[in-house]
Amino acid sequence: MSAVTFLTRTRGRRALDWTDWLSYVYLALGLFLMFGPVLWLVMSSFKTESALTEFPPSFLPYGQKQVMVPGEDKPRPVYRVKLPDGSVRELPELRRIGLMATHVDPARPDEPIRVNINDREPVREFRLATENYSDLGGKFNFGLYLWNSVFITVVATILTLLFNSMAAFALSKYQFRGRGGVFLLILGTLMVPPAIVLVPNFLVVAELGLLNSLWGVIWPAVATPTGVFLLRQYMLTIPDELLEAARMDHASEWRIYWRIVLPLSAPALAVLAIFSTMWRWNDFLWPLIVLSKSEKFTLQLALNAFQGDLVTQWNYLLAMTVITLLPITLVFAFLQKYIAQGIASAGVK
Amino acid sequence: MRQDARTPWFFLGPNLVIFGVFTFLPIVINLYYAFTGGVQLYPRDRPYVGFENLATLLDCGSYFDPSSCRKDIFWRAVWNTARFSVFQVSLMVLFSLGTALVLNRKIIGRGFWRGVYFYPVLLSPVVVALIWKWVLQREGLLNAGMVAAGANPVLWLAEPGWAFFWVIFVSIWAHMGFYTLILLAGLQAIPADLYEAAQMDRASPWRTLYRITLPLLLPNLLVVLVLAAIRAVQIFDEVFVLTGGGPGSATTFVVQFIYQTGFQEQVRLYGLAAAGSLLLALALVVLTLIQLRATRADKAGERAR
Repeated sequence: MSAVTFLTRTRGRRALDWTDWLSYVYLALGLFLMFGPVLWLVMSSFKTESALTEFPPSFLPYGQKQVMVPGEDKPRPVYRVKLPDGSVRELPELRRIGLMATHVDPARPDEPIRVNINDREPVREFRLATENYSDLGGKFNFGLYLWNSVFITVVATILTLLFNSMAAFALSKYQFRGRGGVFLLILGTLMVPPAIVLVPNFLVVAELGLLNSLWGVIWPAVATPTGVFLLRQYMLTIPDELLEAARMDHASEWRIYWRIVLPLSAPALAVLAIFSTMWRWNDFLWPLIVLSKSEKFTLQLALNAFQGDLVTQWNYLLAMTVITLLPITLVFAFLQKYIAQGIASAGVK
Repeated sequence: MRQDARTPWFFLGPNLVIFGVFTFLPIVINLYYAFTGGVQLYPRDRPYVGFENLATLLDCGSYFDPSSCRKDIFWRAVWNTARFSVFQVSLMVLFSLGTALVLNRKIIGRGFWRGVYFYPVLLSPVVVALIWKWVLQREGLLNAGMVAAGANPVLWLAEPGWAFFWVIFVSIWAHMGFYTLILLAGLQAIPADLYEAAQMDRASPWRTLYRITLPLLLPNLLVVLVLAAIRAVQIFDEVFVLTGGGPGSATTFVVQFIYQTGFQEQVRLYGLAAAGSLLLALALVVLTLIQLRATRADKAGERAR
């Protein structure tokens, strides 16, 4: 069997025909288009500020080689220097004044060599500029933005799970007047996207004293029609006999909800938790309106503010972007299956 | 055993209170804002102006020529949104259909490939915009490619036509995986025996596509079409970060008009912003009604299977 037929045979004995090849070409193109830009962003985030201004850019992050010189407290950049005698050596620079630079051989630190800057070029090596990441905390209040984002995401998700499961419990396990109406009312809010009620919601949040407070982002977000719908559909599948048995044992209604229905709904709760985490982590328009003080910014708002600056420090901005997409990428890597199921079952994102 | 009639309302309480305060009450207040003027936020300080806000927005020499309108930026935004929606939605449906068809074939590693297209769906709009801004910038990856191919670099986001193109491209890039997933679920619900029968009859692949796959997928396609349209009309986040609505007003859309009028300008014209929201809501109601009909068709289609 030749290598080609071996590699192209499929389970059904049929060899790959041209439509299969076309499919794989399409998929490979998709792979390149979907992940290429993200990979490029990650690569760029490890480049130094000066490497970022290079054109054409290199794929891998290169930085100027640096070495320690005795008598200096910081590592010095290394250049390939053409010496007066015509030989070329790699020497670190001590200082530079105008057109003349002073270099030195680390082995003989007391013999400085002065060269014209036209007679040298920087020595580049593969180097990850991890300082783009480590500087973030000190320079940009990055820790604060991260904390704001995490706080909003975690608290809003917990409240979403609690409130939505309570409503779903009532709508799936009780017969009462107005049940259908309430359910329709809740589903109806799907038709009122935040963009429609920006101005009045701003007033409501202002009246509640929640402007520039993280709670101003959390409270409007915790009742989601999607969540109620998803959980209700799942709870309908829990047999009522379980609840009746518990009532026979004089369990309170809250206990039935908390100890029986909630644990049994764990799979649906997990799906909603994933969705809620993504929604809140990625929120932009509403936080943009409620949080105008920079110490209340979420990561998304901070990114937006920095990219709009007159002088954008792209090396830091790129590093911050990578950190922002990291949690979502982890969610994607490990929980993709559940998200796909959630979308297929509820048709929402 | 009789249960207390108040119990279900206790469980519904928190949700209903939040919906009431942050969704239903605002709908009413939005009407109040739309019919009052001035720059004050607090309702009692706002004078009643009747239809003035709506009239300001709708005052046009010709609706097809934004520069003849009193609020020309609003009509530019409306036309941009319309143009964007038509192109974005049709291309989105086309590409997600193509991708779903490919993913539905007997391919190795389907889960992986499905994930590839789905990944950008999870990214935040801000991150999506920054990823592409970095590729499209003056000395970015794409221009490096242009130079390597012997062409001149292009200012992708500074030329109106290109900026509009990239806004459409990036939004399709970011959301296509979602619609692909819906269509893929639809494709997998088509009974396999239909295809077996077609194979027995030696139907060509094209004929199978036109006579079996597409007709049976039509309800899902309608749902995708309307969902994408509802989203497209509300486009804001990615574009705001990617182009800021520029160059000029080439990529300014309706939601950005509302945001700018109500929150970004020195003089905050809440009434005008609310009137804009009202008109946007109208468009959404129409689209949602279409969606309800499409969903009904979807259900009917399922029964027919």
